[in-house]
Amino acid sequence: MGQLTRRERDLAAAILLVLAIVGIAMAAAGRFDPLGVHGAVVLLYSLALLYLIMSSSFGPPPDPSRISRYYDDPIKVGVWFTLFWAIFGMFIGVWAAAQLAWPSLNFDTAWASFGRIRPAHTTGVIFGFGGNALIATSFHVVQRTSRARLADQLSPWFVLFGYNLFCILAVTGYFMGVTQSKEYAEAEWYADFWLVIVWVTYFVLYIRTLARRREPHIYVANWYYMAFIVVVAILHIINNLAVPVSLGHAKSYTIWAGVQDSMVQWWYGHNAVAFFLTAGFLAMLYYYLPKRAERPIFSYRLSILSFWGITFFYMWAGSHHLHYTALPHWVQNLGMTFSVMLLVPSWASAGNALLTLNGAWHKVRDDATLRFIMMAAFFYGLSTFEGSFLAVRPVNSLSHYTDWTVGHVHAGALGWVALITYGSLYTLVPAIWKRERMYSAALVEVHFWLAFAGTVIYVFAMWNSGIIQGLMWRTYTGEGTLAYSFVDSLVAMYPYYIARAFGGLLFLIGAVVATYNIWMTVRGVPALAERHDDVPVAAPLPEGAASGPAE
Amino acid sequence: MRELIHRKLERTAIGFVLAIILAASVGGIVEIAPLFTIDETVEDVEDMRLYTPLELAGRNIYIREGCYACHSQMIRTLRDEVERYGPFSLAVESKYDHPMLWGSKRTGPDLARVGGKYSDFWHVAHLTNPRDVVPESNMPAYAWLARTPLRLDDLGSHLEAQRSVGVPYTDEMIENAARDAFGQAVPDSEQSSGVTERYGEETQVSAFDGVATRVTEMDALVAYLQVLGRLTKAAYQNTAAPEQVPDPSD
Repeated sequence: MGQLTRRERDLAAAILLVLAIVGIAMAAAGRFDPLGVHGAVVLLYSLALLYLIMSSSFGPPPDPSRISRYYDDPIKVGVWFTLFWAIFGMFIGVWAAAQLAWPSLNFDTAWASFGRIRPAHTTGVIFGFGGNALIATSFHVVQRTSRARLADQLSPWFVLFGYNLFCILAVTGYFMGVTQSKEYAEAEWYADFWLVIVWVTYFVLYIRTLARRREPHIYVANWYYMAFIVVVAILHIINNLAVPVSLGHAKSYTIWAGVQDSMVQWWYGHNAVAFFLTAGFLAMLYYYLPKRAERPIFSYRLSILSFWGITFFYMWAGSHHLHYTALPHWVQNLGMTFSVMLLVPSWASAGNALLTLNGAWHKVRDDATLRFIMMAAFFYGLSTFEGSFLAVRPVNSLSHYTDWTVGHVHAGALGWVALITYGSLYTLVPAIWKRERMYSAALVEVHFWLAFAGTVIYVFAMWNSGIIQGLMWRTYTGEGTLAYSFVDSLVAMYPYYIARAFGGLLFLIGAVVATYNIWMTVRGVPALAERHDDVPVAAPLPEGAASGPAE
Repeated sequence: MRELIHRKLERTAIGFVLAIILAASVGGIVEIAPLFTIDETVEDVEDMRLYTPLELAGRNIYIREGCYACHSQMIRTLRDEVERYGPFSLAVESKYDHPMLWGSKRTGPDLARVGGKYSDFWHVAHLTNPRDVVPESNMPAYAWLARTPLRLDDLGSHLEAQRSVGVPYTDEMIENAARDAFGQAVPDSEQSSGVTERYGEETQVSAFDGVATRVTEMDALVAYLQVLGRLTKAAYQNTAAPEQVPDPSD
């Protein structure tokens, strides 16, 4: 925060004071309710940040030459948030997986039972780990591809800390039983409301930075980041329209009911996957892959086809989650049709990525970071194929409600989202901390194999258990009666649940290794001399420095 | 040519954002908007009743504990599901469900028609320690529900919030919410008679958790489980064959 001016520090302090007052009001209004606890959380969070601001406000005024450099401080903090949430979210995930095999692992407490920690895992990983990675990398990518500094210094911090406050409210809420039960949108009304404010700030900051760009064209990665920011806002608002029981209650009732709610929920849920977990991470792919491979993206036309295909088709596909339900038949079929068509734009991106590597395969062999990115593109192709396949009615009748869906989601989450994130982080960290390289290339290699093995074990266990369970449910005896009771199918799951927990554990260990490696890189590896090629184009270069295109 | 148009679009951030909004809106509008206008989306039935305050409180506990993560409440139009769980679910049955709890995963069985299938005693034993009644179960134990008194004083505002999103609770129901919740779980109390008057003769008044003097969260959750699938009889009148019956020999 050393680069904040006096004025910016004052403004930040004012915002935090307002937030602290809101916290006190929530604590008072919700004193008989979990909302009161969240009031205290808001209060403490704003006071802690206020302390940080105050203690730095006696420091020297910022160096005026900072304007001629990119603003990387919020990215650095974002990286730490990302690493923290990864370990937290994956740890809870392993724990939840273990509870399915050994139910007493909740130690007889309410807060640690499966139903409460399961959303803590999902939110911790998707929004904590994924969201922070998206915010951090988007700040990095938009500056480099626009060759412009972030539009101002305060709003990146507001976005970052505001977003993490949302994550904290959401996750701590689940442990207390605060949830609105909507998949990927479990946080309650006040956290949702706060997220809208944060997200609008994010959007405005992004657009303002793009407006400062020194490149005539907006780079592909930024198309995806923009789609991610804009569409997630639309989805979030419509899905979360709700009436709170009172201003002192954490509980609210969604305005949608029954069959309409199911459609809105899956329209949201499917597109949270599309625009949060796909578009945002494709943005990473489109920047860090060519960067790391030192080759241009294979095809510009494929990029365009893929981008608009995904933006248009995905929004139709959510209803394939509701085959054979009370949702009208025509909507189910429309969802299936568009899900199958989605394969084209999805594979356009996966193919574009893998073809970019053509001629650089020796780098994939030698550089584990690039292998992370390549394997992510591979898993992206695999999961999108599986997704289209699972949307087909007869397949869906077998897979839905079983672990096959869980396996599919994790092939995407572990194989695509997490691998592309770590590939990007290993590229990003030495770049913004101005280090020559990562602390240990061997540890990147170790992480790669842990992550890869963990994913494969996990996904195969869930494919097996899902298909077995689905088949057992619909198997008949020769006399025409159901062959298995539900409990029979549950008993058959136990070995797979144990295998799944083991796969998840390997993945978690990989995340710990990554965090250690990044920590040591920041602390230990020698810094490069000031790099004169990594500055905004508008900046006056110091005398004698070679000028040239930044990226 | 197409490339030229796109090259122009790439030069304007606002234009690009508008194009994204336009492209992304179509699918949702086409699929969601008609659900609110077409009458066929939700069947019209006369005997559909509302959740009592106690059942609603139980539903909120069901949500709070994340039960929906392992149990669905949607019987699909598939032969094996209809034979295992009962008549397939109709849209009208979740007409007053804010939010719906159809679920997406069955670690445990579907619960759409669990109401009336087991005794209150069975449910209490099962929730207290699932392995006492189903040795193979991997469900967590919820013994503490029976030790936790149910919060009654704010039930009126819950009903009011429900009314504001479209559930037809009357003023009388809202006013008597706390009394009705108490009466439903404490049979023979003077508050009991009001429950059946307001919510119908079919309403189950019972000492759900086995203790007829106080109202616990266990009472509420069991009351909710016992009403699942029994808000209307419409599904049982609909005996037509499921739309598609996969052949098990496939």
